[in-house]
Amino acid sequence: MELLLAILAGSLVAAGSYLMMSGKTLPYLFGLTMISNAANLIIFASGRLTFGKPPLVPEHDKTIADVSNALPQALILTAIVIGFGLLVFALTLSYRSYYVLKTIEMDDMREAEPIAEGNS
Amino acid sequence: MGALAEGISVTTTQAGAGPWRLIPAAAAAAATLWFAGFVGPVSHGEIPEYVLPWVPMLGIDFAFRLDGLSLAFALLICGIGALVFLYAATYFRSDRRLGSLLLTLIAFAISMLGLTVADDAVTLFVFWEGTTVTSWLLVGFDHEREKSRAAALQALLVTGMGGLALLAGLLIMGGMAGTYRLSEMNAMGEMFRASGLYPLIFVLVMLGCFTKSAQWPFQFWLPGAMAAPTPVSAYLHSATMVKAGVYLMARLTPALGGTDLWIWTLVPVGAFTMILASVWAMRQTDLKLMLAFTTIMGLSVITMLLGVSTPEAAVAAMTFLLVHAFYKAGLFLSVGMIEKGAGSRQYPEVAGLAAAMPLTTTVIALAALSMAGAPPFFGFIGKEVIYEAAGHAPVLPLFVAGTALVANALMIGCAGMVAIRPFFFRPRRSPRDMPADPGWGLWLGPAILAALGLFCGLFPGTVDHALVAPMVHAVTGAESPAHLALWHGIGAPLILSLVTFALGGCLYLLLDPIRDRLAAAEPSLPRTEAWYDAALVGVAAIAGALTGALQNGRMTSYLRWTFLTLGALIWLALFVGHGTWPAFTLSREIMDWAIFVIIVVSIVMVLRTHSRLTAITALGGVGSGIAIIFVLYGAIDVAMTQLFVEILVVIFLAIAMVRLPPTGAMPFKVGNALVAAVLGLGVFVVQLSVLGTDLDLFMTVFFEQSSVPSALGHNIVNVILVDFRGFDTMGEISVVVIAGVASIAALRAGRRTLR
Repeated sequence: MELLLAILAGSLVAAGSYLMMSGKTLPYLFGLTMISNAANLIIFASGRLTFGKPPLVPEHDKTIADVSNALPQALILTAIVIGFGLLVFALTLSYRSYYVLKTIEMDDMREAEPIAEGNS
Repeated sequence: MGALAEGISVTTTQAGAGPWRLIPAAAAAAATLWFAGFVGPVSHGEIPEYVLPWVPMLGIDFAFRLDGLSLAFALLICGIGALVFLYAATYFRSDRRLGSLLLTLIAFAISMLGLTVADDAVTLFVFWEGTTVTSWLLVGFDHEREKSRAAALQALLVTGMGGLALLAGLLIMGGMAGTYRLSEMNAMGEMFRASGLYPLIFVLVMLGCFTKSAQWPFQFWLPGAMAAPTPVSAYLHSATMVKAGVYLMARLTPALGGTDLWIWTLVPVGAFTMILASVWAMRQTDLKLMLAFTTIMGLSVITMLLGVSTPEAAVAAMTFLLVHAFYKAGLFLSVGMIEKGAGSRQYPEVAGLAAAMPLTTTVIALAALSMAGAPPFFGFIGKEVIYEAAGHAPVLPLFVAGTALVANALMIGCAGMVAIRPFFFRPRRSPRDMPADPGWGLWLGPAILAALGLFCGLFPGTVDHALVAPMVHAVTGAESPAHLALWHGIGAPLILSLVTFALGGCLYLLLDPIRDRLAAAEPSLPRTEAWYDAALVGVAAIAGALTGALQNGRMTSYLRWTFLTLGALIWLALFVGHGTWPAFTLSREIMDWAIFVIIVVSIVMVLRTHSRLTAITALGGVGSGIAIIFVLYGAIDVAMTQLFVEILVVIFLAIAMVRLPPTGAMPFKVGNALVAAVLGLGVFVVQLSVLGTDLDLFMTVFFEQSSVPSALGHNIVNVILVDFRGFDTMGEISVVVIAGVASIAALRAGRRTLR
């Protein structure tokens, strides 16, 4: 499964970065989501995979061993939520930029760096 | 360059500065006396040292060492400093900027002093850069004038680049020697000279020395730096800073000197610069500029003599160093006196001043006689020992003697130009109606310096014993082979001196035609300054092209560069690092394959579909597939969160889809696809090599054993989130809240503009 996960992570990054480079707001958001997912997968797989053993300590035990690695899971939980926050903010920005600038082409959004004279 | 105007500008005050203006001069005089106290011990072979640890781990200290060479420089810096500070305090008395000028001059003097007494290569470099920066401030003192700023920047860039090369050279030397102490490096000369790195070290160090001491092809910045006020030029550009380069050559002679490379670089470069500078000195009408060119000539004489690499040449170099410091600083200050007293320093504009300015005339005459090398002045001795050393040069003695003779003859012409033309044989003429000698604050310094030139000439034995012999000892590591004397007997040097006088006299008489010829030829001659200009333009053009290519305002371009850099870094890490390729077998679990296929198909669908709804649905497929992976491999909490978030993402994207116009056709872009492929492949390979490394489970084991005992929680992931890493979670919540608030703000504001 590790090999499959590595392929998935690579594919997600490739597809996500390609979509982000397309220059249109909605595909950009798709790409952002994919790269977030890829990051989570990478963290998860790097902590090694253990099939079907969640890190739960049984009711009457004090400790436990040989279960899934709990640390990456905790990190991913944080990452998922932050990635979601980022996506929502990027989404409202693209929505707003369309209503202000009347375009979904990111290359046409030149408010911060206006096109200099004699420069296309 | 001809019209370098004077530093006095509109910022004058009525009253003039109070007595505080004399404090720097007094302090420098006190420092001179303090250093003078070391003359006795040092001439008897004692070498005081003072070490203050700085970065002990790297073997770098604030180490100072006062051998003969350092002591002579310290005396020059403090002594001439005292006179120049007094002069400046008078010269700029009614100028509001006097305070800042004196402060910068003091900062410069301290840097210069530190440079010359430092025994640690890094300490030396820090002070070296200190002189570069303060000289930039001083040259650009009249910062309202475009020309001053340009000259200051030019001096800064040229010497600054040389400084960087010098640092590299010194660091290589330090690395080889295992110490940064110059005195210890100098004891390892054989090791440096035999090393394969020697040519590199030599070139780097000489770049620093040549730029600082204005040797060809870097000589052009020094005449430009005459934009500085007169006291600054007298101090920095004659007596001290420009000598830093020759100081370092002399200092490192035991470590680097005497090789063929050393001799065949220093002698030709010194000789060429010497002739070039003294010819161009004849062309100037501005006396200060003329002196600037003769300064370059003086520095190249020392460079050439150090290149000759015999003990006699070292004696000549050190003697001439002192000769030059006395007469040149005196002349610079005297030209300032002409300017103050008569209103101009262009010699065609002033004439016949001898009767009106007797004191100035006397001082300049004394200094110029030393410059011309007339007996019994110190300059005469300086010239004699140069001819003596040239005659015994191991390489090209005729060439060395010949160039020295021509340059000295040109010097005599220049000395006549500054000492005779403005004063004698012509009717009085000056921009100021009543030319008169300036006050004591201005004449005292030049008078003392000119008198020193005479004194040293009359008592050469004293100077030899106190200064020159210890300096030579520091350079050659051996006793000084020759003793200075006014009368050497009739020999080749004396005959050469007579020839020099005859030639110099002719040159003086032919001054005007020579100058006109040179002025006519000037535009058609190649100039190394053009290389500097071209380099500046080139750097600006490259920077402009790079900025235009990288920061072009197009978001897609930024993203491409970002991803490309990321991909390049990942691959670099793979090639540089040492990951191992793990042996994996393909999964045989049907579940694994099913999920894999679902996700891959979903990715392809997102990329290929023209329908945004399909794309969003497929994106949900990707997220859900990943959630199932989490479930299978024991990450239940993660899976739940992932699923919830995925549902929300789909909903939000669907809302955005309804509000945004159709995306339109997305043509396949090969370039973007290539960048994406490089990055994706890199991530894949890196992920595999990460899995091939050993995993340290220390933290995981800690959590597994502490969750229940310490935090009374059975779900380890939850315990980590809310307990062990509680602050992290709080930060996460804050981020989400801020993102939410910001999103609402963005949406609200959008609604307002719609109305």
